[in-house]
Amino acid sequence: MNILRKKSAANVPFSETVIETFIRLCGVSAIVFVFGIFFFVFREGAGFLFGGLDLGQFLTSPEWYPTSLSNKRYGTLALILGTFSVTALAMCIAVPFGLGAAIFVSEFCSPKLRETFKIIIELLAAIPSVVWGFIGLTLMNQLIIAVFNAPIGLTMLNGGIMLALMSVPIIVSIAEDALKAVPDSYREAAEALGATRWQVVYRVLLPAAKNGLLAAVLLGAARSIGETMAVLMATGHSVNIPSGPLSWIRTLTATIAAELGEVARGAEHYQVLFIIGILLFTITFVVNLIADLVIKGIRQDS
Amino acid sequence: MNHSIETENLSLWYGDFQALIDVSVKIPDGQITSLIGPSGCGKTTLLRCFNRVNERYGNVTTEGKIEILGKNIYDPDVSLPELRKAVGMVFQRPNPLPISVYENILFGLRIHSPMRSITRTESDQIVEEALTSVFLWEDLKDKLKVRATSLQLEQQQKLCIARLLPLKPKIILMDEPCSALDAKGTLAVEELMEILAGTYTFLIVTHNMAQARRVSEECIFMFLGELIEHRETQALFEDPKHEKTADYVQMRYG
Ligand SMILES: Nc1ncnc2c1ncn2[C@@H]1O[C@H](COP(=O)(O)OP(=O)(O)O)[C@@H](O)[C@H]1O
Ligand SMILES: [Mg+2]
Repeated sequence: MNILRKKSAANVPFSETVIETFIRLCGVSAIVFVFGIFFFVFREGAGFLFGGLDLGQFLTSPEWYPTSLSNKRYGTLALILGTFSVTALAMCIAVPFGLGAAIFVSEFCSPKLRETFKIIIELLAAIPSVVWGFIGLTLMNQLIIAVFNAPIGLTMLNGGIMLALMSVPIIVSIAEDALKAVPDSYREAAEALGATRWQVVYRVLLPAAKNGLLAAVLLGAARSIGETMAVLMATGHSVNIPSGPLSWIRTLTATIAAELGEVARGAEHYQVLFIIGILLFTITFVVNLIADLVIKGIRQDS
Repeated sequence: MNHSIETENLSLWYGDFQALIDVSVKIPDGQITSLIGPSGCGKTTLLRCFNRVNERYGNVTTEGKIEILGKNIYDPDVSLPELRKAVGMVFQRPNPLPISVYENILFGLRIHSPMRSITRTESDQIVEEALTSVFLWEDLKDKLKVRATSLQLEQQQKLCIARLLPLKPKIILMDEPCSALDAKGTLAVEELMEILAGTYTFLIVTHNMAQARRVSEECIFMFLGELIEHRETQALFEDPKHEKTADYVQMRYG
């Protein structure tokens, strides 16, 4: 009965112990980093957040004049609306394309085409955001001026299209996983009852995978909210309550990126930028949390 | 006698593995026919030819002729949805869809009729009739909104039979429908088949020799992709003509 006996610690090979410790360390450090970053951001902003900042004004005033000599005003409403409007526009474009592509890849395409398609999607995901910003600044700018006869093409529409192109790969890959996770027996059952492939998609797969698809959309949106470089370059970067797709806007992220280099460390303005960081952190955290809960929902259902 | 299903020299390959070899068979109308044989001999494969669900796998090649209700199902003018409407299938593992009991029953009708053409009163009645025919109405009438995948296995399998009925199929193919059920569930499904036979032609794969004897008028024995013997059930069991049939029946049935 020797084989059944529990191995004593001495019997576990040394290499295994090393590997295990290493893996554990990696896991722990990931958690430490996240908390560390949050702590740092919070510490930099906390002083002004709890002493002096008018939070009501911060969230509801459109007046962002952090460098005014006589009357500094830190209202982020225009920036918040800028972030949300450009994200919403991006999602209006990315969701139909992303989900459509995911359905195509997982249900309608031949295995060979699927591989090609996945490589293209991965390539799309690998393009650095500054390159997207550059495309927005040059190509898309010209295009918008030409098509809409606009005075300038650096607009919410421009940024929205760039963000959409960046979120599509995320949406496609997560949505495709969600569709793949639907057991094949459901497809077979529906087909054996005479359903066409389209009927299988909208009567069986979409309802069965709806949580995963929703999670895909949310994570795509979180990516858009957090994106900085491309929107900084493509949206005109001008504080403005957005009035339509052709208005120029400025986002929370772009504001931090553009101004942090200019401010004195520890100054009010510096601290406000970190408070915007906390705000962004909170928004993406909430979106990611919802996505996670939604994904958990799927696991419990099936 | 009329035949619902007729095949001539039907051969089928998965890639280059031949799973069916020159199967020629005639399944009589309105009766229960059983299909027996050791695992891996091609029973499921043969059954899946009759509603062409085999084609879901990319690597399948079929040769020979299959006529269902007098029509060659490989004719170019055959519509797959119509074929599958006429030839219902019950799978080995109960596979209700992850929607409500009510919607499971109506699924077939909904995909075969124009949007919103079924009124609420009609659909209520259809669901009640279908569930009543499989003796589930009493159990499930208060659970119509429940997700079908959360029912007991036996109820799921009966539901899978019930959802075929609103489509008024001519033929019902069953692939070991009782393998996930206990003795009581098995008897219930058999009783159901006996009541429904006449209206429907049944072809049932089973590993249970007693079941084949109880329910079927004719019985087919397959071995390694070939049809070995097809006769009246009683005769096949009591006086098998073929040695392999005799061995198999002996072994499985004592
Ligand atoms: N999708 C498939 N791809 C390749 N081979 C298969 C596939 N399905 C079944 N087979 C093979 O075909 C033979 C017949 O299988 P099957 O029809 O399932 O037998 P049975 O139902 O009588 O147990 C088996 O040898 C099996 O391994
Ligand atoms: Mg089988």
